[in-house]
Amino acid sequence: MSQIFHRSANALARATIFGAVFILGVLGYGAMLLNRSGYVTGAHVAIEQPVPFSHKHHANELGIDCRYCHTSVEVSHVAGIPPTKTCMNCHSQIWADSPTLEPVRASFRTDQSIPWIKVHDLPDFVYFDHSIHVAKGIGCASCHGRIDQMNLTWQENSLQMEWCLNCHRHPETFVRPKGEVFNMAYKVSSRTQETLGPRLVAEYDVHKEQLTNCSICHR
Amino acid sequence: MTAKQTQWISAFGLLAALVLGAGCRQDMHDQPKYKGFRPSDFFADGRSVRPLVPGTVARGHLNDDALLYTGKIGENFSPEFPFPVTRAVLERGQERYNIFCSPCHDRVGTGQGMIVQRGYKQPPSFHQDRLRQQPPGYFFHVIGNGFGVMPDYAAQIPVRDRWAIVAYIRALQLSQHVPAAELPPEDRPKLDQAAVKTKPQAGSSHE
Repeated sequence: MSQIFHRSANALARATIFGAVFILGVLGYGAMLLNRSGYVTGAHVAIEQPVPFSHKHHANELGIDCRYCHTSVEVSHVAGIPPTKTCMNCHSQIWADSPTLEPVRASFRTDQSIPWIKVHDLPDFVYFDHSIHVAKGIGCASCHGRIDQMNLTWQENSLQMEWCLNCHRHPETFVRPKGEVFNMAYKVSSRTQETLGPRLVAEYDVHKEQLTNCSICHR
Repeated sequence: MTAKQTQWISAFGLLAALVLGAGCRQDMHDQPKYKGFRPSDFFADGRSVRPLVPGTVARGHLNDDALLYTGKIGENFSPEFPFPVTRAVLERGQERYNIFCSPCHDRVGTGQGMIVQRGYKQPPSFHQDRLRQQPPGYFFHVIGNGFGVMPDYAAQIPVRDRWAIVAYIRALQLSQHVPAAELPPEDRPKLDQAAVKTKPQAGSSHE
């Protein structure tokens, strides 16, 4: 019986042993990238809404404070989806005939909620509370990105556990003075943050050693 | 390869597929429970956020302090605040005023806010005699009940914050209407300097 493989196949076989490690590595790395990509996490995908509401227009161009609509962000786990009444505070007079805003007026007339699509949808096994983050000097933009630059709103970050822990392990990298929490454009140099961050963590009584306890977020 | 080996390999493959497949389920992500504002099939209006049943009083919400909750003493608007106005109250009022009132009334209270610039009916300036003479209870009442085209802010501003805003409106009114004689001596020179500075500007606008 003749040989199936030529003698040169030996070299190929040896190369393949190392090649397999390389290929597995590349595949693994690719899977890792894919798992963190917007395709899986939904990050950076602008969400179509029943009414094309623009945070850029309202928060930036008109300068309306986040808390005008998200009234419970300082006292509750939810920031608060504003009731249609809040829209009508202004839109009873401004753009009052706009066809774009008809779903808002219809909601106000019929007392049926506008079916807004949730953009930041955490898994149900995660406990998250807006008020404590705001109270301890974490800015809106730290998690939500520059919402004030978005027309249709998207999710800026992966919202994966790795991303949460990045701050829970190193809060001093992200904490800011309480007065700057709602300032979307707040920015300091990393050198300033190096001295400011640890000082604020101490001042705001952030128990860093507790922030990575499982039950902080899973309860 | 023997038949037995083949069996083992396929059994292992099946097990792996089951384990990996089970990992892809989203049951824990999407649990059958209500989190804030989640829609509901159970209630007729589709909301899991429930309004109070009419006639019920939530614990701590009896609101029997008439002055604090209505701004009135008897039938009249209260000339007093229901709690002492401290610096902390004024600062809270400033913050809340800038959030909720400044879009229309602007940060000084002249009624030239951004929403007015975009076409909303202009509210009166706080710096006129009619409003300087209104008691605090009047402003409190307007915040909670609206006035003319101004909507009510009962749902957006809690009562204590409304009073804090009233205190800040008083501060704004004072800031634009202090007789020069009442200024502390150390501030008088600043006023004179400011007058000198603004005069040339007033002249230049006619050129």
